[in-house]
Amino acid sequence: MSLSGEAGNLTVTVRRHPRYVDVEKCIACGLCAEKCPKKVDDAYNENLIPRKAVYVPYSQAVPLKYAIDAQHCIYLQKGKCGACEKHCPSGAINFKDTEKTVEINVGSVILAPGFRSFDPGRLDHYAYGTCPDVVTALEFERILSATGPYGGHLLRPSSMKGKKATGAAPRKIAWLQCVGSRDQNRCANGYCSSVCCMFAVKQAVMAKDHAHDPLECAIFYMDLRTQGKDFDRYAEKARSNGVRFVAARIHTVDWRPGTADLGLRYVDEGGQLHEESFDMVVLSTGLEVNPAAVDLAENLGVDLDRHHFVATDSFHPVATSRPGVFACGVFTGPKDIPQSVMEASAAACAATEPLAAARHTCTRQVRVPDERDVRREAPRIGVFVCNCGINIGGVVRVPEVAAYARTLPAVVYVEENLFTCSQDTQDKMAGVIRDQRLNRVVVAACTPRTHEPLFQETLVAAGLNKYLVEMANIRNQDSWVHADNPDAATVKAKDLVRMAAAKAFLASPLQETDLPVDRGALVVGGGIAGLTAALALSRQGYPVHLVDRDKALGGQARRLNTAFQGEPVGAFLEEKIRQVQADERIHVHLETTVAGVEGFVGNFETTLHAKDGSTTVRHGVALLATGAEEYRPSEYLYRQHPAVVTQLEMDALLRQDDVHIDQANDVVFIQCVGSRNAQRPYCSKVCCTHSIKNALAVKARNPEANVYILYRDIRTYGTREDLYRQAREAGILFFRCAPEDPPRVQSAGGRVEVVFADPILGRRMAVEADLLCLATAIVAPAETELARLFKVPLDADGWLLEAHQKLRPVEFATEGVFLCGMCHYPKPIEESIAQAQAAAAKALTVLASDTIRVGGVVSYIDPRYCSGCLGCIQVCPYAAITYDPEARVAVVNQALCKGCGACAAACPSEAPVLLGFSNPQLYAQIRSAVAA
Amino acid sequence: MKDTRTGGAARGAAMVVGGGIAGMQAALDMANAGFYVYLVERSPAIGGAMAQLDKTFPTNDCSM
Repeated sequence: MSLSGEAGNLTVTVRRHPRYVDVEKCIACGLCAEKCPKKVDDAYNENLIPRKAVYVPYSQAVPLKYAIDAQHCIYLQKGKCGACEKHCPSGAINFKDTEKTVEINVGSVILAPGFRSFDPGRLDHYAYGTCPDVVTALEFERILSATGPYGGHLLRPSSMKGKKATGAAPRKIAWLQCVGSRDQNRCANGYCSSVCCMFAVKQAVMAKDHAHDPLECAIFYMDLRTQGKDFDRYAEKARSNGVRFVAARIHTVDWRPGTADLGLRYVDEGGQLHEESFDMVVLSTGLEVNPAAVDLAENLGVDLDRHHFVATDSFHPVATSRPGVFACGVFTGPKDIPQSVMEASAAACAATEPLAAARHTCTRQVRVPDERDVRREAPRIGVFVCNCGINIGGVVRVPEVAAYARTLPAVVYVEENLFTCSQDTQDKMAGVIRDQRLNRVVVAACTPRTHEPLFQETLVAAGLNKYLVEMANIRNQDSWVHADNPDAATVKAKDLVRMAAAKAFLASPLQETDLPVDRGALVVGGGIAGLTAALALSRQGYPVHLVDRDKALGGQARRLNTAFQGEPVGAFLEEKIRQVQADERIHVHLETTVAGVEGFVGNFETTLHAKDGSTTVRHGVALLATGAEEYRPSEYLYRQHPAVVTQLEMDALLRQDDVHIDQANDVVFIQCVGSRNAQRPYCSKVCCTHSIKNALAVKARNPEANVYILYRDIRTYGTREDLYRQAREAGILFFRCAPEDPPRVQSAGGRVEVVFADPILGRRMAVEADLLCLATAIVAPAETELARLFKVPLDADGWLLEAHQKLRPVEFATEGVFLCGMCHYPKPIEESIAQAQAAAAKALTVLASDTIRVGGVVSYIDPRYCSGCLGCIQVCPYAAITYDPEARVAVVNQALCKGCGACAAACPSEAPVLLGFSNPQLYAQIRSAVAA
Repeated sequence: MKDTRTGGAARGAAMVVGGGIAGMQAALDMANAGFYVYLVERSPAIGGAMAQLDKTFPTNDCSM
């Protein structure tokens, strides 16, 4: 791959490797792989089992099309075989396929090449590669998976060797953390991989879940780094369910060949030596950048840092050194899925910002024929029965099912297809619908989840309303599960077709209408997240109302000195504020609060309260960026002794060159003040890094000072680990304090005496500190009115609760409302900025369309039957139903309704009608099911 | 082969290199915001490393 041109207009040269399978023709029937004689290690299953040389990487792969692994294909290597070509029913194999070079002209490029898992085969002291029961984290992941090598049964790999192996379950598993991470001696990965502590805890929980007999799980760690949202809760739950956490780094795994004994030796924090044996060991292997990605970066002229991650600065987390090229995911630093997803959306926002003027210039609009009005026609049903190659046809007697379908009421046309989903069948189907004047279609094939949209498109192309198609799943629900009983499967296929026809008989066309979208955005909160989001939206061409209850913009960032890589926050923040104030499209409302919210996605109307009165603004989307606050401690003599300060107060002392720092002999930091306790069982995420940064700043100013950090786990995740190493090199002293034995602080004249237990020395230590800095928790604002107004939920700790941590990390179930920054969870500046860009990217997907489509499968409440009991309002997960006090009935807002049907199920008088799934339709289906 | 739909100064199209969870998300967001997206992946299928995972923390959902 190579790149030329300027940002906004780049030419990328891409090499397209031959697949040797025509994806237009391949129907993924699997015959080729069945007939292929060549077995190859299956990389998807971490080489624990073989696959064939012609393969799909995994059963849910997209595209679900085969490919030939040229390196292993007998024909491509030796010129003979060709079994796949011979047996392919659709002639999709093409051995003459060649490599092609393609030039593509784009405005921006986003790099997301991911990572590779550290290969412990490079090390010889873990018995990895010699003992099969020592596995990597990814191998263990495959072992747990239902699509994995052992079908989801937790078995020791050694017990699966040999022809007659039946497998044996492990009794005692150890996880060894930091394999290939936080290690500069045995590998070059000095950073923390950020995700391994959590995935080890998850694997231990899942392993216990899989085990039929009691299973012991122990995790050997250095610092437990579960700093993300809900992660500490997850780890604590695992602990209370019997997962053992041992603070020790294991050096060697002792294995005597021929035995199942994997011996671990470790020294506990009290200095006691332990020997313990396990029958399975999982190496929590870290993440590293793939060498191919390193080459790619070099080719494209993108700078990498010393760990081979993309060099980014904290204020531009997805920008690379080359204009027009952006990066996201693990390539910019080790991170988990929620953070990768957020960063990906952030990159989408940043990469399209310079292209905003060209929006919609390269995309195409699909043209559709006018819809035929079928409401006055008697039902004419066409049934298409699919063989799905041998997937259905190999079990179900399809001709018999087709013949049966002809006998059903209103069925006027029946056809059998080898593959109903293939493009030529679709074209034919559209013709049949027109010629036979069909007005209902039943497709007896696979699942509507994957294929209904395809058939709906075909109906639209034939001039029919797309909701007039009904699917009978005679594959997943029939031929696959009854493969051993063709007779019963054929009977069941007929039942399913009869039920689908009965439902289709009563189907009616559903209407979809387009509502206009207001182009404006409302951003609540003028901190770093809100400022970033407002600028991102404005630069993409959309007007923004930016609201803050404060007198000035900037939020908590005004009190910070530097980001974790040392970048000064003040100058950056001033520049951002200046840009916002100079931006004609951004209307700043200071000392203003949100007083009322009406409407829905695309059409909000919000009332703002300011000192000089109220205004109402119209907007299409809302972004909540209301931030968080510093915990004001009641412990450790805070506000009772002048030597005791919070972290933000320490920042101020450093900023003001305070003499106390220069004169101090001893400075103590206490971590987790107000975090990770019963009241706030979460990690505030930034404090470890913040304390270390400030400790280093103290040391830099006053090298003679003794600096102590009293902690529970040092959580310098990712490349922050470099700071932790620097701190130890600078002579900063770290002491782990157990939560049940926290430090004690008492006044000692102008200083404070800090007494704590040092587990390694096994004795109490006392330090008279000139300055005691408390790394205080970050707490959610007590004010929750805004969440109520926007109908968005809060979690148990008061943080705004996103729709889904991984799939929708900046959205709510309520459409058109987004979140970013610390109102979501404590986070450092670069993560706030990335999340703000992500929220803007999501908001843009709404704003960029002129209209939103409502209707289709939605609920309608028939006022004649509604008694106003409010039952439906309570069960609706989308807050789409309101009560009309005048008519005394519940009313569905179809713009908010997602068609889940909860209201229809809850209503005692069947007032809600879920269109497309009406009760008469469902009753007809049920009657038909029992009529056989 | 040459892409012919060349526009003016800035192109309304973007490329994403890598079809894992991050690449797919970036591609979807740009496409939904009105840009044509080329998603380039080295292997025969998109999905990346996440497709290899059984369950994902902290919600324990299936990664598929």
